[in-house]
Parts: sequence; structure tokens; C-alpha cells
Amino acid sequence: MQTIDARGAFCPGPLMELIAALKLSTIGDQIEILSTDKGSVADVPEWVAKVGHKMVGVTEKGDHWSIVVEKAK
Amino acid sequence: MAKNILIVGGGLAGTIVANGLCRQLAPQLRSGEVVITMLGTTETHMYQPGLLYVPFGRIREHELFRDQRKVLDRRVIFHVDPAKHIEVEKNQVSTEGGRTLKYDYLVLATGSRIMPQSIPGMAEGGHWFYDLEGARKMRDALAKFEGGKIIVNANAPHKCPVAPLEITFMLYDYLKAKNLLDKSEIIYTYPIGRLHALEPVALWAKPEFDKLGIKYETFFNTESVDPGAKTITSAEGVTLPYDLLVTIPPHQGAQVIVDSDLGKGGWVPTNTKTLHRDGSTNVFVCGDTTNIPISKAGSTAHFEADVLIDNLASLLTENRMARDYDGKVFCFIETGSSTGTYVWFNYTTPPNPGPPSQMVHWFKLAYNRLYWLSAKGLL
Repeated sequence: MQTIDARGAFCPGPLMELIAALKLSTIGDQIEILSTDKGSVADVPEWVAKVGHKMVGVTEKGDHWSIVVEKAK
Repeated sequence: MAKNILIVGGGLAGTIVANGLCRQLAPQLRSGEVVITMLGTTETHMYQPGLLYVPFGRIREHELFRDQRKVLDRRVIFHVDPAKHIEVEKNQVSTEGGRTLKYDYLVLATGSRIMPQSIPGMAEGGHWFYDLEGARKMRDALAKFEGGKIIVNANAPHKCPVAPLEITFMLYDYLKAKNLLDKSEIIYTYPIGRLHALEPVALWAKPEFDKLGIKYETFFNTESVDPGAKTITSAEGVTLPYDLLVTIPPHQGAQVIVDSDLGKGGWVPTNTKTLHRDGSTNVFVCGDTTNIPISKAGSTAHFEADVLIDNLASLLTENRMARDYDGKVFCFIETGSSTGTYVWFNYTTPPNPGPPSQMVHWFKLAYNRLYWLSAKGLL
């Protein structure tokens, strides 16, 4: 599984990094994004639902969150 | 035996590194202990941010270009001979011209490129200003534009993160000056759920857009463009009609990075502080080429280059690294044709843009010329 360490990334930020990484992935690939931005916990699942990918999980890990998404289309 | 520093890429990142090393390592270059070689793809060096002004006739094309040999320090051996294959295990790079160059230290500064062809219909139906040919076509399309819907469409990933906002504000001012505002509508689309990646910039832009009547569609990642029907459709399932589509196409890194198996999409996995290529101790990465999750911008390349220069010079003269890159990024933001602001941040300091002013706009215009001092490593 590919991990993108976007902790402390202000620009372009965790969701933009995830979108870019998914473009280079194939269906079924899972990507983990690490984010210190609490907003990611809301905006990543919101976008994933809109576009039709699959949320695998969100885990709080102390000072950051691990968000795993599966490319579905 | 001379130590060979090879720089692949003659854009801003590679050029600053080359010129800075010449200053730091002057005695070693004079004695022949160090040799600096650059592989570029073209004889000319282009000031890429200047392309933003081309569609509006606000910069002359010749102002965008300099002879790369005149920008580079004379002590740099410069070949216009693109790298074809980079073999980090063998410490060598082969070129399209048939050269094979060995190195002791390698700097990868191969940059990024627009990929409109990666989205069906975008190349045929869209206009952009991220290369000269595209900027010329956009200028011609604007000259013929008599009113209608203009979509400004940003796609991930892209360099110069503020350019989508800048082009939108500049389009507004252009339409106003042409008395076309009453007959026109600007719709801005953005990949995530706000108007810009930087939250403070997004919070500032929203009321500005509302005040000017600029509409927006967020969570919009382009899936296809239908040039015949003049519509653009997002992966999120929204289709918008347009009369003029101004797009910031998605970007990828250089093909040679992909072909050399150095990074998916042409982005090289890079240590965020030392700028080493992951897994290498003598390969450094600079500018858009890294996979570091920060802005792909000229200022990023510049601040990274400054660190690389110090570290390479220290390695060669003191056998140690000098300092870490702190993630610094600085961007001017044109907020129209006569005002501007700026934003800076690093790994630990969040951005906090100030109110737009005419003074910052003038400084941005001055920087359009000061750029050449940056490239020469003097600023």
C-alpha cells in the first residue's frame, strides 16, 4: 500500500495529494494518507463518497490521522 | 581525480544550483578538483510565471526568454542533450545524443509538464497558459471572445498553486475593460471542497468571488471534455457548459524519470529535509521533480536550491551536510490587474496572506525582471 505523508502539508494539502496519487493508481489500489489537519477527517470521506471511491478506514494516531482509500473507478 | 557534479535539467532549480555551486566552489573549479555539468533540453531559459500575462498582452514574448548559456555561469559545462536514462546504481546518465556521463553527485531537476492529453477532450477543447503555444492560443481566443460562459478549471496536481485564482481575477478585469462583463459569466472549478488548497487563501477568495459575481464549483475533478458539445464533466458527476474553457491541466514529472524507474508519474521520492533521493546518498532532487507534498512553485525550487548548494559545497569541502530544507514556499498572488498580495509558509508555519495592495502588485511586476537575478543565483 502506498503511503503519502502529508503531515504538516499546507499546500496543496492532503486531499489534493490523495487526488493526484489516485490518478496514478489502478482500480483496487489502496492509498494511505497521513494528515495532521483534522479537516481531512471530514473532507476526504466527503470527496471519496462524491466521486465513488471506497473509504477503507480512518484511524487517529496521536498527533495525526491515517486515512485509507481504495480506488474504485 | 575531479569530482563530477551532474545536474539534469536546465530550468530554474537546476540553474540556481549550478550558478550557486560555481560561487561556493570557485577555488575547486579553478584547480580542476570539481567539474559541474548540466544537461538541458533547450538552448533557451523561459520565465514561466510570465506566461500568465501573455493572454492579456501584458508582457512581450521576448521578455520571457534568455539564452541559457548567458544565464549560466561560464564555468558550467552545458549540453543541450536531454537525459535518456538515469542509472543511479551505476552513477551514470545516458543522453539522447549518445553521451554517457559518470557522476559523483547527481542533481535531478527535471521539472514538471502539463498533461492535457491525459483527460479525454481536454487538449482539443481547452485553452491554457502553461506553455507559450497554449498562452498564444488563449490570447487569440480571448481576442475573439464576445461574451458567454468562461470556465476556469483547475486540475490536480499542478504547479504554481495560485495561478488558477490569478487568471480568474485577471479574466474578470479583462472582461470589464472590454465591456463584456454584462454578457459574460465566469465559473471557477477546483478539485477540493474550497476555492484554494491554502485555507486562508480560500477564505479570502470566497467573498472576493461573491463580490465580483464569479461563480464556483468545488469538488470538481475533470473526467472529460466534449469539445463538440462544449461541455466539461467531473469525476464527481457534474457537467458544465462553456463557451471558453481555460484549464490548468494536470501535471506529471519528466518522462525520463518514469523511464528510469525513479518515481511514479515522474515524481522522485525525496527526503523532505535533506532533499536526498530516497535510497541514495549522492543523488539530490530539487524543484517540481520531488514528491514532497508542498507547492510546486519557482520559490520552492529556489529555497530548495539554496539548501542544496550549501550541502553539496559542504560535502565536497568538509565532508558533511550543512543544513536542512525547512519547507519554505513564497508566492505572489495577483488579485487583479492592479493589486496583489503574497503568502509564505514552511513545514511548521502556516500561511497568513495579507490584504491585497497596489504596492505588492508593483513588486510582482518588478520581480518579473528580477527573476533573472534569481536564476543567476544573485538574489
